[in-house]
Amino acid sequence: MTALVELRDVSVDYAGHGGSVSAVQNVSLTLGENETFGLVGESGCGKTTLSMALMGLLPSSARVTGQLLFRGQDLLAMSEAERRQQRGDELSMVFQDPATSLDPTFGIGYQVAETVRAHRRVSRGESKARALALLREVGIPAAESRYADPPHRLSGGMRQRVVIAAALANDPSLLLADEPTTALDVTIQAQVLDLLAELQRKHGTTILLIAHDLGVVAQICDRVGVMYAGQLVEVAPVVELFAAPRHPYTRALLEALPSRGRRGRSLRVIGGQVPDLSDPPSGCRFADRCPHRMDVCATVPPLVDSDSRRRIACWLDPATRATAGLPPLPAAPTPDAPIAVGPS
Amino acid sequence: MNARLSYALRRLILTAPVLIATSIFVFLLIRLVPGDPVRSMLGIRATPENIATVRSELGLDHPLPQQYWDWIWGVLHGNLGHDFISHEKITSLLKVSLPVTLELTVLAMLLAVGVGVPVGVLVAARTGWTRKVSGGFVIGAISIPDFWLGLMLVLVFTGLLNVLPPSGWVPFTQNPVQNLRYMILPVVTLATGQTAYILRTTRAAMLGTLSEPYIAFLRAKGLRERSIVYVHALRNASGPIITVTGIQFGVLLGGAIVIENLFALPGVGRLIVTAISERNYVVVQAGVLTVACLFIVVNLLTDIVHGLLDPRVEEAVSS
Repeated sequence: MTALVELRDVSVDYAGHGGSVSAVQNVSLTLGENETFGLVGESGCGKTTLSMALMGLLPSSARVTGQLLFRGQDLLAMSEAERRQQRGDELSMVFQDPATSLDPTFGIGYQVAETVRAHRRVSRGESKARALALLREVGIPAAESRYADPPHRLSGGMRQRVVIAAALANDPSLLLADEPTTALDVTIQAQVLDLLAELQRKHGTTILLIAHDLGVVAQICDRVGVMYAGQLVEVAPVVELFAAPRHPYTRALLEALPSRGRRGRSLRVIGGQVPDLSDPPSGCRFADRCPHRMDVCATVPPLVDSDSRRRIACWLDPATRATAGLPPLPAAPTPDAPIAVGPS
Repeated sequence: MNARLSYALRRLILTAPVLIATSIFVFLLIRLVPGDPVRSMLGIRATPENIATVRSELGLDHPLPQQYWDWIWGVLHGNLGHDFISHEKITSLLKVSLPVTLELTVLAMLLAVGVGVPVGVLVAARTGWTRKVSGGFVIGAISIPDFWLGLMLVLVFTGLLNVLPPSGWVPFTQNPVQNLRYMILPVVTLATGQTAYILRTTRAAMLGTLSEPYIAFLRAKGLRERSIVYVHALRNASGPIITVTGIQFGVLLGGAIVIENLFALPGVGRLIVTAISERNYVVVQAGVLTVACLFIVVNLLTDIVHGLLDPRVEEAVSS
């Protein structure tokens, strides 16, 4: 797997009136070519901030440290003009709500064509032809007659298809999809996910899919990263993560899913609260809610290779322990070990 | 049928009842003024015979509906009646005064839009001193009454610097340069408050638009900031800007009445004010109707332009 994107110790802090907020802390992650990577975690865990940092679209109050490498080139060292040229060309993004992602005063075709023109020296006719081809490819019926339609004449699912067409207009290597199906009906969700998967296969685009819905991730992703309160806590191939989650947060997250086996019983929830990121705990940010909390958890566990395919940041894991010279725990808790169940 | 064309047509048809209502209002207003116009016109020494003669000459002895009908029938045939003091045709009076008012108001509006919109766009994305300066200008310009501002400008540019004439007018066709020199102070006076309103509206509309998610998506598509601001954001913000500009045009026409008198410009405003003091109500009626029609036409254009720029407007009207 060749690395397309490499994040090294990326942290993002927002300056605010009452001090700064640590939205992302020391995230290291590698995305390969032609891969679909899911990034999951609850709202406010830093998923969107991380993707906006990749796009270079964070507000001026944000401070990014670490290295964001794209094809080996440090994005943070590039000028704003260079980054603008890259956006929509080499890397693209699809936003959450298709109802608000498109300019309501321009035709849908124009909005696809202008992405082409922003990066290629082409005539209006050529960009229009390209836009029509893209609209057909994403499955807009009667693309010619709908070309000039303003976005409000399209349904949510159709609008998201247009957004995807605009994002893919210049055949980007990396597509960031920030909750692309959250605002859609369940049936439409599946169609849009299928479309993304199909386009990924056809063009070999690397997709970073941000989601809070584990079902969405399971449907199309190769690998998954789990974030909690700004820290990346576990990375694993999707099948293995679902089969055997190792980080206590991942396990709690999967336990909280409604499943057939627990029908009729109340859902499990994770006790406690997400830490206040303007004053985060110094160690593992999940420690306060973790049933396996130890003294060593006051130190941030590094994200290390647990085996050839998985990475984890937890002091329960032998590989993580080894980095601090700690011996493996005598009886490592099994995936079925009890986890905290709080009041619902 | 083309949706935009049909929207414009529908909007045009809707103008007819407004015009009829306006004409009735103008007609009644002048007759509701206390006192007999003929008596006050002819003075205290008028004999009842004289009064009766003038009354029947003007058709004032007819019932109101018939008076209205006679008047509006004339108006529809391009006959606004006669000034019964100078005995000139009112249409020829308006032929002289209307271009003056139009020149004054159109120039003032162009100046207000030409300054207010670009400055509003520029300061929208900014904080710090530019915003404070523009905010200060807006408050000041809106608070200052235009007759006072006009006097102060005359004081400075004529009294102190002696670079511009204090008042007067020459026709544009006779001497364009002199005509524009006479126009500078009235136009600036009239435009200052308008500029402030348009600037403030533009800034607020742009601020709102620039925080929309589709602006973030445009950035994600790699568009230049210039085209994001001037092509996309400005078009989306244009609704309130155009609406306020249209409404402010009415305020401008009202302001023109004051300004024309202050700077001795022979426009419709001056015509109306003079006619009011002479109880020359046929002229008042025609003048007010002209100004009202101007305002209605401007609002019609405003709505059509708004519909052209934002496809959601025409559909909101048709549904």
